[in-house]
Amino acid sequence: MSGKHTIAGVAAALPIANLDTDQIMPKQFLRGIDKAGLDRGVLYDLRFDGEGRPRYDFILNRAEYADCRILVAGENFGCGSSREHAVWGLLQFGIRAVIAPSFGEIFHSNAMNNALLLVAVSQADVDRFTRDVEQPASNRIEIDVDHLQVRSRTHDVKFTMSARHRAMFLEGQDLIGASLVHAAAIAEFERKHWDRQPWLQSIGAVVRARKS
Amino acid sequence: MSRTLYQKLVDSHCVLRLDEEHVLLYADLHIMNEYTSPQAFAGLRERGAPVRRPWQNVAVVDHIIPTHPLKQRVILDEASALQASNLARNCELHGIALFDTNDPLQGIEHVIAPELGMIRPGMVVLCGDSHTTTHGAFGALGFGIGTSEVEHVLATQTLVHRVAKNMRIRVDGRLSVGCTAKDQVLHIIASIGAQGARGYVVEFTGEAVAALSVEARMTICNMAVEAGARSALIAPDDKTLDYVSTRAVDLKRHLPRAVELWRDLCSDPDARFDAEHHFDASEVSPRVTWGTSPDQSIRIDERVPDPAAAVTPQQRDAAIRALRYIGLEPGASLQGLAIDRVFIGSCTNARIEDLREVAKVARGRKVDPRVRAMVVPGSGAVRDQAEAEGIAAELIAAGFEWRQPGCSMCLAMNDDVLRPGERCASTTNRNFEGRQGRAGRTHLMSPAMAAAAAVAGCITDVRRLERADER
Ligand code: SF4
Repeated sequence: MSGKHTIAGVAAALPIANLDTDQIMPKQFLRGIDKAGLDRGVLYDLRFDGEGRPRYDFILNRAEYADCRILVAGENFGCGSSREHAVWGLLQFGIRAVIAPSFGEIFHSNAMNNALLLVAVSQADVDRFTRDVEQPASNRIEIDVDHLQVRSRTHDVKFTMSARHRAMFLEGQDLIGASLVHAAAIAEFERKHWDRQPWLQSIGAVVRARKS
Repeated sequence: MSRTLYQKLVDSHCVLRLDEEHVLLYADLHIMNEYTSPQAFAGLRERGAPVRRPWQNVAVVDHIIPTHPLKQRVILDEASALQASNLARNCELHGIALFDTNDPLQGIEHVIAPELGMIRPGMVVLCGDSHTTTHGAFGALGFGIGTSEVEHVLATQTLVHRVAKNMRIRVDGRLSVGCTAKDQVLHIIASIGAQGARGYVVEFTGEAVAALSVEARMTICNMAVEAGARSALIAPDDKTLDYVSTRAVDLKRHLPRAVELWRDLCSDPDARFDAEHHFDASEVSPRVTWGTSPDQSIRIDERVPDPAAAVTPQQRDAAIRALRYIGLEPGASLQGLAIDRVFIGSCTNARIEDLREVAKVARGRKVDPRVRAMVVPGSGAVRDQAEAEGIAAELIAAGFEWRQPGCSMCLAMNDDVLRPGERCASTTNRNFEGRQGRAGRTHLMSPAMAAAAAVAGCITDVRRLERADER
């Protein structure tokens, strides 16, 4: 039984703690002014050697994991740099969800803003999922967002998600539109704020004008 | 009700509460760079939305910029040049203040913002860069944000903020000679771990923090993110006031009123923290990282730990992986480990005080001929001051390359890159695999320790050099 909003598919284990966004999306792929072509950069130095040849022993290069949609990762996944390119790249690469004991904080916000599902479960649960998906024969995972449940061949666990993040994931909310609804409240805030602390108004322009 | 400094700052910037966990937080200053903002401006254009408050924003070209010693800089890499011109166009279009490639005040965003008096106690600062925590040194709440959030800030001047937990890190005692704020913060990160502060805003307090200069406090807050902290704070004091009031000249007429408000920028005595840590600064020694995560550091006189002794299997695997990458054996000493490169720079350690420390070590010595050592000042102003103080001349005489300001080899997006296998003594903040170049090996340390490594040709205890000075 699975709900309407289910991510199911091949999962690959990346049992590496503190896998940072520099590794998820190395610097040479950050030179664009759009989001195109970032799938090439995903985990580049793990996928390719110094000459740009695929490392065939790396999990995502193995035929059985070619259609990978889910990563089962280590603690503090996505720590480090704020680069949202890491999230865009993972999505372009076909990844729809990451399961890990914990996530870097900015990465977490970035993922939510792009509907990349992050599932935080205990290290013990991650270990169980890892053991299953490391076997190509049992490398499928199902994440049911309606019932907040993850399932592999031998393991099954509930996870939590704040109401806000769940709505963002399920309905793909327009956050900017939602905040612009509060334009009047923002204007009212600014009036009082600058009344109280006038030195916080127009800092950028004031400093620039003084110096040039 | 008693509140922490963090709670006070959230309260004073809360436009409205969105739900149990989230607030709409007003941003007094939004700083942008060339590589995390283009897609945000593009999104805004598609939406047809204006920038709500252009004058609360600034932008700077810093990440991709070459640092060759030439006065007039040209960005040769086509894609990078496009990022810079695109930023200039976006700023022009929306009326946003820009510090462009050849602006004499250009520099690393987190160095120029405080230096030009943009950072004031009690404000909220956002930037599409994780080291925005730096500004906590002024009692300003700084958050690193992603590009979707950059777009949100441009459109609304606000951030949807998930309210964090409160952590206090109290540091008493005194740092001993040869030890710096960098050693202190590496010590803290090693102790609490790379995710020890995840989910928290950390407030640093205690006599050892009070004793630090404002610049040294920036080093501490800058690296708090390497323990996973959402942000960092230090309550402002007279030193802060002095630093800010000499730089933010427009503040002058407001100063009495501002100072009165800033006096309340501290945690109430009985405020509740969700977590607390205590450190003694006198126990800090010069530290160097041995691995590929900023929490993998040891005292210079310690030996590389044995992964077998790790507490969790995850830590053991991480240590094995790190040692393989960095090319070290368990039990090895870092002292005497030959290096190929030295990089002195970044928003962690490229301010004038840092360069003075470097000059103190370099004075009368020579960079080892096997080593290529670069000094990349944090800003044009730092560069000018170092030249005026004669520091630049001393460094050049010692054999250091004296470069133009920028992020440079902190993240190696320009042409300052480690070659595979090269070992580097670096004053930066991240020793991640490949951060300074594919297969490059980074050892994080203080500016004095990096300078000592440059002249010794290997990682060494700067205190030994200092003792030699005294003889
Ligand atoms: S110096 Fe390094 S850490 Fe600082 S903003 Fe630049 S790239 Fe980021």
